Amino acid sequence: MLCDVCKVETASVFLTQIVEGKMQKVNMCEACSKEKGVSDPTGFALADLLLGMGAAQPVERSAAEGNRCPKCGFTHSEFTKTGRLGCSVCYSTFSEGLEGMLKGMHKGMRHTGKCPERLQRSLALENEVRTLTQELRSAVEGERYEEAAALRDKIKTLESENLKAAGAGEK
Amino acid sequence: MPTRNILSKGGDWFGGEGPHHQIVVSSRVRLARNLSGKPFPGWAKKVERSAILDLIRPQVEGLPEMSEASSVSCQDLSALEKQVLVERHLISREHAAKGLGSAVVMNRRQTLSIMINEEDHLRMQALRSGLQLRAAFKAINKVDTELEEKLDFAFDSKLGYLTACPSNVGTGMRASAMLHVPALVLSDQINQVVQAVNKIGLAVRGLYGEGTEALGNLFQISNQTTLGEREEEILERLQKVILQVIEHEQNARKTLLQNRPNTLLDHIGRSYGILRHAYSMNSKEALNLLSLAKLGCDLGFYPDNQRRAVDELFMETQPAHLQKGSQKKLATEERDILRSDIIRKKLETFSAPDVDGVMRRGKEGSGAPADPDSAPGTRGQAPFSE
Repeated sequence: MLCDVCKVETASVFLTQIVEGKMQKVNMCEACSKEKGVSDPTGFALADLLLGMGAAQPVERSAAEGNRCPKCGFTHSEFTKTGRLGCSVCYSTFSEGLEGMLKGMHKGMRHTGKCPERLQRSLALENEVRTLTQELRSAVEGERYEEAAALRDKIKTLESENLKAAGAGEK
Repeated sequence: MPTRNILSKGGDWFGGEGPHHQIVVSSRVRLARNLSGKPFPGWAKKVERSAILDLIRPQVEGLPEMSEASSVSCQDLSALEKQVLVERHLISREHAAKGLGSAVVMNRRQTLSIMINEEDHLRMQALRSGLQLRAAFKAINKVDTELEEKLDFAFDSKLGYLTACPSNVGTGMRASAMLHVPALVLSDQINQVVQAVNKIGLAVRGLYGEGTEALGNLFQISNQTTLGEREEEILERLQKVILQVIEHEQNARKTLLQNRPNTLLDHIGRSYGILRHAYSMNSKEALNLLSLAKLGCDLGFYPDNQRRAVDELFMETQPAHLQKGSQKKLATEERDILRSDIIRKKLETFSAPDVDGVMRRGKEGSGAPADPDSAPGTRGQAPFSE
């Protein structure tokens, strides 16, 4: 097994941590572990600190008993007990196990009904921004700079509108 | 508006009006909604639940529909007041068990009620009398559209509205109608109907929803599934099935009158005698006898102006409504006595069933009686009247 940091030497220091209910593993060679301060017990608070955010992949993320929702801390065994989920994020946390259940419960697997208007608007805005960005690129390539400047301003306005709309729901 | 005023008077939706009102008592549509990324009420800690309530409540109270509303925290309601609201279908039995961190907001006419922190952050429902599923949906959909401008609802482009229980995910909509089907029960056809309705993915439940007994020949039919169909499709499917059940009930009534008139007359006559002359009656017996009195009104045994008294008694004889007027908590026997007193008083001037008239009109109708529900909105037209 190669060291996760230098990717050259063979790993001899194996670090396992439980963070928010998820197991994270980091493998390092001796030189790298010293450099990162692993020998110092206070120096390796988080695997992410060593390798950068998200580098330490959580393992055993399946429907194992110990699986926890990163948002609300809800566990699968809790769901088995109550039949209710912990928060809206649980739907993606436990998506694997839920799929079969939903199939048996409902007429279909895809929502075809009402969609919040705000979401529809922001999707429409995103589409528009995407089209304008393409136009902007071709304007720059074609050296039509006046047109490009106008397009850039338009994109900026749309994006700030979208941010405002998204922010309204947070209050 | 003070909650006491709301409790003192019945809701507009229980008025015995609207299309097919003789068989469909009421229609109800509820939507379940949750705030994005916030723990659902059942999983949230007390502090979180209170914070969620504080976030949602002002927005609900600010709705134009709620300009004359009653907004009350669950911990401020007495057990009796909660039970009154359950009997009026304004809150669920689950919500009645809630305390700190939960609330309900109801409009003055009691046609809209919004439960905060029930099983989901928001359970919003519209009630209408008679078969008015679309009107109820329209009303509650408007409220939802207004609220989603202010609150960030948990929504997934694939799964739709995300709810605490996966059985509500998608539209988050449960539409239901309360049907009064005494003839299907009397002719032992109700089990067949229930099975057939279940088979096509709709649920049939008793008077107070899941796991409750079917008292007073009242049944709720509602959609079981919420994902994979548009709201309009679900309502359409439900409406079709309800219209079929109405037709079955009407046929069963005709058949009873034509083929087993003595069985029917015996039931009608006995209910009249007991309701007018009993001195102690439990709520189950009252509901079942009132159901027969209501059937008597539908079939023309009683003049139309007596219908309202019967409809009102359905609600007034429920345990909590009964005790609402008294200062102290009543024991079961005291309640049964009070119940029979109220019924006797209300039916004091109730005329005896017009048996001859009904039978004569039945013969004149030569087997083609008028459809009692053919003219929506007209009240109490007897099936065998000209």
